[in-house]
This record gives sequence, C-alpha cells and structure tokens, in this order.
Amino acid sequence: MDFSTPPYLLLERTSVRRIMLQVLIGLLPGIAAYVWLIGPIILFQLLLATIAALSGEALMLRLRNRPMAMFLTDGSAVVTAWLVALTVPPMAPWWLVVVGSLFAIVIAKHLYGGLGQNPFNPAMVAFAACIVSFPALMSQWPVIGLQLSLREQFELVAGLAPRIDVMSGATPLDAIKTALKVSEGSVDVPTLLATQEVFGNFAGRGWEWVTTGYLLGGLWLWQRKVIGWQAPLAFIAGLSLLAAALWAWQPERFANPLFHLFSGGAMLGAFFIVTDPVSGCTTAKGRLVFGFAAGVLAYVIRVFAGYPDGVAFAVLLMNLCVPLIDMYTQPPIFGMKKER
Amino acid sequence: MISRAEFKEIRDNGVWHQNTSLVQILGLCPLLAVTSNMVNGVMLSLATILVMAIANVAVAALRNLIPHEIRIPVFILIVAALVTVVDLVFNAQFHELYQVLGIFIPLIVTNCIVLARVEAFANRNPPLQSAFDGVFMGVGMLWTLALLGGLREFIGGGTLFAGIDMVIPALRPWQILPEDYPGFLLAILPPGAFIVLGCLIAWKNWVEARTAARRSRGQSATTLGKLVGGA
Repeated sequence: MDFSTPPYLLLERTSVRRIMLQVLIGLLPGIAAYVWLIGPIILFQLLLATIAALSGEALMLRLRNRPMAMFLTDGSAVVTAWLVALTVPPMAPWWLVVVGSLFAIVIAKHLYGGLGQNPFNPAMVAFAACIVSFPALMSQWPVIGLQLSLREQFELVAGLAPRIDVMSGATPLDAIKTALKVSEGSVDVPTLLATQEVFGNFAGRGWEWVTTGYLLGGLWLWQRKVIGWQAPLAFIAGLSLLAAALWAWQPERFANPLFHLFSGGAMLGAFFIVTDPVSGCTTAKGRLVFGFAAGVLAYVIRVFAGYPDGVAFAVLLMNLCVPLIDMYTQPPIFGMKKER
Repeated sequence: MISRAEFKEIRDNGVWHQNTSLVQILGLCPLLAVTSNMVNGVMLSLATILVMAIANVAVAALRNLIPHEIRIPVFILIVAALVTVVDLVFNAQFHELYQVLGIFIPLIVTNCIVLARVEAFANRNPPLQSAFDGVFMGVGMLWTLALLGGLREFIGGGTLFAGIDMVIPALRPWQILPEDYPGFLLAILPPGAFIVLGCLIAWKNWVEARTAARRSRGQSATTLGKLVGGA
C-alpha cells in the first residue's frame, strides 16, 4: 500500500513495505548486542513472535475479507512481532511471546480496523496486557554473565526445565527501587550504582550495550529519513530533563539521566515506539508535545509507580491524547496567514 | 389478558432483540464489576429479575394513580423497597456471596435497566404484560451476564462456576484447564470485561446480519420464482 502524499516522485521510498523493512534493519544492532550478551535464544523468540503475528494477521484478514497477500507481506506485523519479542524477557516460556503477539495483532490492530487505523501502539498494548496478566514471568530478566548453554536456554523457553528464580535478577531500574525501599534511606544511589553487580559502566550491566544498539539503529533510521527527529528527541528530552532535575535536587535518591536513558525500554521507546506513524501524532509540532509528555510520564511511572518500567504505559496514555494534540497543532495552510 | 403473539414479542424483545446488555447497553457498571465469574453474574441477575418483575407489576397496577409529574420518585420508592427485601434475603441466605457482590445489590435501585423498564413499559401496559416484560428482560440480562462471566472466568483462571459453593454448599467449582494454567489475568480485570463484552456485541451483530442476509436472499429467490412462474 502506498501513501499518496506529494511529491509523487518519492512514492517508491514511502511504501509501507520499504519503511517496515528499514525499521527491521534498524532493530538489528540492538538484536546483535542482545545475541552477544544474552544468547541466541532471542532469535528463537523473534521467530516465534513473527510466526504468531503472521498467523494472527492471516486469520484476521480472512475474517475481515481483506486482500491477504498485500497485507501479509507489508512487514508491519513483523515489526510489531519483533517489538513484542524484544520487550518480553528472553527466557520467558514460549507461549508468552505468542500470546503477546496475537494480542497485539488481533485485538490492538485488527479489532480497531487494521493497518493505519489502530489508535494504540499494538506492541505496547501487548506489553501492557502481558505485564498486567503475568507480572512474575514478565519480570524474570536473566542475570548477565549467567552461563547457560543454548540447549539449557531452549529447555527453559520450551518449558522442559523447571524455572528457578536464581537465574533471573531484578532489572537495574527495579534494583534501585527495591534497594531504596528496603534500606529506608541508609543507602544512596551512587553507592548502589558503584557496588552492585547489576550495574555496569553507565546503566544496567550488559543491557546498556543493547540499548546503545537501539540508539545506533534509531540514528540510522533518522539519517535515512524513515523517522523524524521530533518525537525521539522530545522523548529523550522529557525523560532526561525530569531525571536531571530530580538528580540535581537529591542525587542520593535519584539516578542520573544517563542511567535512565540507557535502562529499560527508553531507547527502544524513543526510536521505535513513539515514532510509530499510526498511533503517534501527525503534525511536527504535535510530535514534539507527544514525545516530551511521553518521556515525562515514562519517568514518573518507572520511578514512582509499582511497574518495572513506564515507557509502555506512558506511550499508551499519550496515544489517547493524540487526536487532541493533533487538533491544536495543525500547521497553517500554505499561503494562509495564521489566525490570531 | 395476553395474546400469544404479544407474549412472544415480549419474550423475544427481552431475551434477544432488545437485550439489555448487548443492544441497550444498559447497567454497564454492575455488568463490568460482577462478571469476574459466572456465579456472581447469575446471582446478581436473579436478584435483578426478582426486583424487576415485582416492580413492573406494582407500577403497572398503580400506573393510573401515580401523578405524571412525580412518577420517577414514586418508581424509585417502589424499587428501593423491593431491593431492600432482596438485600436482606441475600444477606440472610447467601451471606458469603452477599459480601462478594457487596454494594452492587443495593445499587440495583439505581440500575438503569430497572428504571428503564418501569418507565418505558410498566407505566403504559397492564400488570400481566409488565410482569412478563420484567422477567424476560431479566432473562436476557441473565444469559448475557452468565456467558460474559463464564468466558472471563475461563480465560482468566481456567475454571467455571467458581464460588458455586457460596450458593449451593455441596457443589465445587469446576477446574477445566490444568492446575498449572497461568491464568490470563487481564480477562478478570475491568479491561477484560470491556473486551469480552465488545466481542459478544460483535457476535450478536454478526448473527443478525447473517440472518438478515439469508432472509433477503430467500425473499429475492421467491420473487424470482413468482416472476418466472408468472411468465
């Protein structure tokens, strides 16, 4: 399917399939770091998510009497599937990523009208549904440096081996929250960051390189003009400005902005989620507002609320505001003076 | 008295065509709150049926005596008296269930299904018709809430009839899926109620659309037959 926005010379460059393919390529640096640090099991999860998403897409297209070949090969379902797989813990049982992908495609995408019609980001809806339904499984992130063979990892995912809590640790964000709560003020954040195993050079050990991979892929997408600069920059600004303000105020209670940017889903969210052309704002000014508010909300939810990360909920809340933001940020028509 | 056709119309309207939950979309608050399992939904519906049937009869009998200007307060008084009775009965007979349903039993007073039937039907029709209307509107609500509660319970926890021991102590809930089924908790939470209700409404509309399509196809076939026959 092509957008018919002028200038038409660029039509080939803006086909959905081409954009989705580039987004998938943009995810590769992060996935490469993931494979290197955690293990190739993530590739299996990605494959599983892709199969589930495409099956769900085919089923819904059939039920809705839509052209099958065109929508199945446009790659949008694969992007959703990969985002779902990357937000689910890598050693989660196989059905979790299947349920997540199906929920994203069937409920969040097709029940709202399919490609281009969904008001909420499907991958984030799936994440929210999963973390609300299976909070324990969704927080079992493996400890980096845990020596598990591919076979052992595969057995875990397939449900053949018993799940032991030792293998999973708190995410860096959770570790700070829990340590502060347990110690009741006797520990400060800088000491935690310097001493605890889960923290690395500037964020979570290991995970900091995965998120750096997302950053690199995102910058490539921006350079290719697949995504605009407004939403990612505003998201990063919203998150880091609030983080910096609180960090400057009480450095012993709040982690530094760099830590927050490279922890949890911040980078994935900034370049692959808030840039979603369907569920995000359509106007340039609107994207700034959307990204900034999502960044602020993500920080507030991840630091002050009970969930391990806030990016998904922040994006969903802002998705709700998109029509309002779009209405107030319409640019003046070319040649018209702005009404005052 | 009541003719057969009239009875049929009241029955079909209540159970299907004017279904309170799927067509009128009334009483969403108790619907969403109590259908986390089948038993809760059924028991609340039974309480509502009882209130609705008696309230309809009472209002229909008094409809010529109630001044038009203050009819709503009078209706509410009648309904509230009945709900108090039901509330006390539930408290005495099914005390545990009463604690689970909590505020939603007293809230039947403000349930717009009850007020809507009293105002729209009982106020204009004789007592017998009104009684049937109350019962069948309630039956429509009953099967919808039972289905909704059953689906949510099954998806969310893999059981059916959870809490049945609060109504009939001898019975036990039925664990359909294996014990280690992780439970899709979302179905039991409020968003799950909206999603499942939406699917049920879609299902009803699909059934109606299919029947309508069949009927029109049948009709065009007979007209064609007549035309051919006439020629």
